[in-house]
Amino acid sequence: MFKQLIAVVSLSIRTLPQRLGASSVIVIGIASVVAVLVSVLAMSTGFKHTLADAGRKDRVIVLRGGSDNELSSNLSANDYAVIADAPGLAKSADGHAALSGEIVTVVNIPKIDTGTDANVTLRGVSLSVGQVRPELKVVEGRMFRPAVRELIAGMGAAKQFRGLGVGQVVKLRNSEWTVTGRFTSNGDAHESELMADVDAVRSAIEYSGYSSAIGLLSSADSFTVLKDALTTNPQLKVEVTDEHAYYAKQSQQLAQVIDVVGNVVAAIMAIGATFGALNTMYSSVATRSMEIATLRAIGFSAFPVLLSVMFESLLLALIGGMAGGALAWVFFNGHSVSTLGGAFAQVVFSLTVTGRLLVTGIVWACFIGVLGGLFPALRAARVPVAEALRAG
Amino acid sequence: MQYLPLIWSNLWRKKTRTIFTLLSIVIAFLLFGVLETVDQAFAHPSTGVSGADKLISTNKYSITLTLPFSHVQQVRSVPGIEAVTWITWFGGYYQEQKNFVFALPIDTQSYFDVHKGEFVVDRDQMRAFENNRSGALVNIALLKKFGWKIGDKLPIHSTIWAKKSDGSLDWTFDIVGTFDVKDSTQASAQAYSVLFHYEMFDEGRSFGNGTVGWLEERVTDPSQAPEIAKHIDALFANSPNETKTQPANEFATSFMKQLGDIGFVLRMILAAVFFALLFLTGNTSMQSVRDRIPEFAVLKTIGFSDLRVLGLVLAEALTLCVVPAIVGLALSFALLPVIKRGLQGVELSASSLLPGIGVAILLGVLIGLPPALRAMRLSIVDALANRR
Repeated sequence: MFKQLIAVVSLSIRTLPQRLGASSVIVIGIASVVAVLVSVLAMSTGFKHTLADAGRKDRVIVLRGGSDNELSSNLSANDYAVIADAPGLAKSADGHAALSGEIVTVVNIPKIDTGTDANVTLRGVSLSVGQVRPELKVVEGRMFRPAVRELIAGMGAAKQFRGLGVGQVVKLRNSEWTVTGRFTSNGDAHESELMADVDAVRSAIEYSGYSSAIGLLSSADSFTVLKDALTTNPQLKVEVTDEHAYYAKQSQQLAQVIDVVGNVVAAIMAIGATFGALNTMYSSVATRSMEIATLRAIGFSAFPVLLSVMFESLLLALIGGMAGGALAWVFFNGHSVSTLGGAFAQVVFSLTVTGRLLVTGIVWACFIGVLGGLFPALRAARVPVAEALRAG
Repeated sequence: MQYLPLIWSNLWRKKTRTIFTLLSIVIAFLLFGVLETVDQAFAHPSTGVSGADKLISTNKYSITLTLPFSHVQQVRSVPGIEAVTWITWFGGYYQEQKNFVFALPIDTQSYFDVHKGEFVVDRDQMRAFENNRSGALVNIALLKKFGWKIGDKLPIHSTIWAKKSDGSLDWTFDIVGTFDVKDSTQASAQAYSVLFHYEMFDEGRSFGNGTVGWLEERVTDPSQAPEIAKHIDALFANSPNETKTQPANEFATSFMKQLGDIGFVLRMILAAVFFALLFLTGNTSMQSVRDRIPEFAVLKTIGFSDLRVLGLVLAEALTLCVVPAIVGLALSFALLPVIKRGLQGVELSASSLLPGIGVAILLGVLIGLPPALRAMRLSIVDALANRR
């Protein structure tokens, strides 16, 4: 039985080159399904990565109660002072809390590819930003100076938006800002932003408060200490979230939409590809009917014949799945794009093809291969021996 | 036309093969129809303000920065402007964050001057709205969606504006009436709208008083709109609050563009679909011609010219593509309401389905031509002798 199986399978593989044209239909059909699936899911994966990377569990973001993002939140200078005194925050050597009062606004800057204006986040940060965000590194030029209209641009932003080279000038409400440097931030969402001194930004937009306060905890465990202290303080009405949860929530909706769209489109394509696979395998069985009938006549049983057809279909599907995944990886992995994130502002991210996505693609391919091979395999097993031999 | 039965029976020579091919073409065009409409919807979004006679002025450098109220007076004096109104982004939702409500503080007089003839409001309800400072007009569809009634108190949470009185972000309005949108193509853009008094909003908020989010203008002569926009921006050039004035539909399009190059993604997907389809159907029709070589020889023997044979095979391929394409496009048309529910605030039109027929014809010619040429060129003697 096992011997028969090997004989039949190897026969069908050896004769495969004779059916090259028809077989390529399966490979190409499935490759295109997997390529589309993997590329679209690479978008949501990249987007989730970018936002998730911005979040550390031991860093908190304090917003005014009832605001869901920094752009709509506001804290007074007094709120900020109260937050800075709260327990649970890490302290610097000179006793200052690791807290950055920040102001977030958006600036119109044209996108390089379309030339149309996009909303780029300008974040005013306190001088303690290096302490609160140790991952922030100026890789080109220098840091902005305090109280001066200077800013640094994230690497992601610099790639997507026009005029962010070191030494260039960005215009904001009645003022001109010089780009003094470019920074990286572990590839997270802040790389889509511009950063400047909080006081300089506040004076330019004539605003006295803050949007948010970002604090580094003395340890991840002190989150509840800080949260309880702030939320039970009657002077304050704030929302305390750990950064990880905050950014996960910001990415959730869009990532979900992309995932659903990707899966639905790929599923519809997969149905089409299954029809294609069925066609190919039926015609493969038809052209081989003579061969199959001969095998049956000399004593091979139906089961190995059935398996050999399934195997052929699966093999072609596998090749297609791998080709599709490889195409998606070659063309789109690391491809940088930008979109409107949670709060009216652009987030720059890269398409990320992960091993898991490739596996998902191959699983889909095998599924199509099995479906497309099953019915033709059943037909092959039932080839009427005498008739098929006579027809040939 | 007389060859139609011949073409038809040729198509059904191998039933399973034809059925599977037809089905995959149906699927491909179903996708084509759906993705094309979505692409169109993003490329030409419904603006919520119809016509070319509307302008929008925002802060030049950032949409989140406000403009002083005094801009309104200055813009009003610009020649060619018929009406000016002012609005501020409220960022509202009802009870839960997912229940987004497009609540807009409006100036009761000028808003309806700028949007003349766009809203249908009962005369008595309009009077009730004008007379009640905390009154609100609610889109009729929204009212039904949440089961509100006229006379209800409507609590709306703002993610931005705290009230001066108690610092709370929860605002309460009296529903005094409903409105409907006249132009049905603009209906979805207004589907979440609640209109309430700017005066009450500005006095009630704890900060930002005396400012406006953006201005909307209506011009007398739409052809003058670009010049008027330039004129407005020139008024405030080099002031602390420079403006950027653009046609309302352009404003909406630029917002959609910020979502990213959706058209590019959709075109890439369609390219993959049709690349695969080309192989699939191409292979099918090549094979079907190969199977019938002796038949073509017979046709030629009884007097069919080479060109006629070519035509026959081409017609077959065209039928194979165009018929299921129409079915697929019709299916995607049937799906429009479903997509519309998924993409809130987006207007879809069936006109983007028409290019699909052109694509189907192109596809038919592309896949029909190689086998058709082969059938045309075959020599009778070789074919009948089964020498291939």
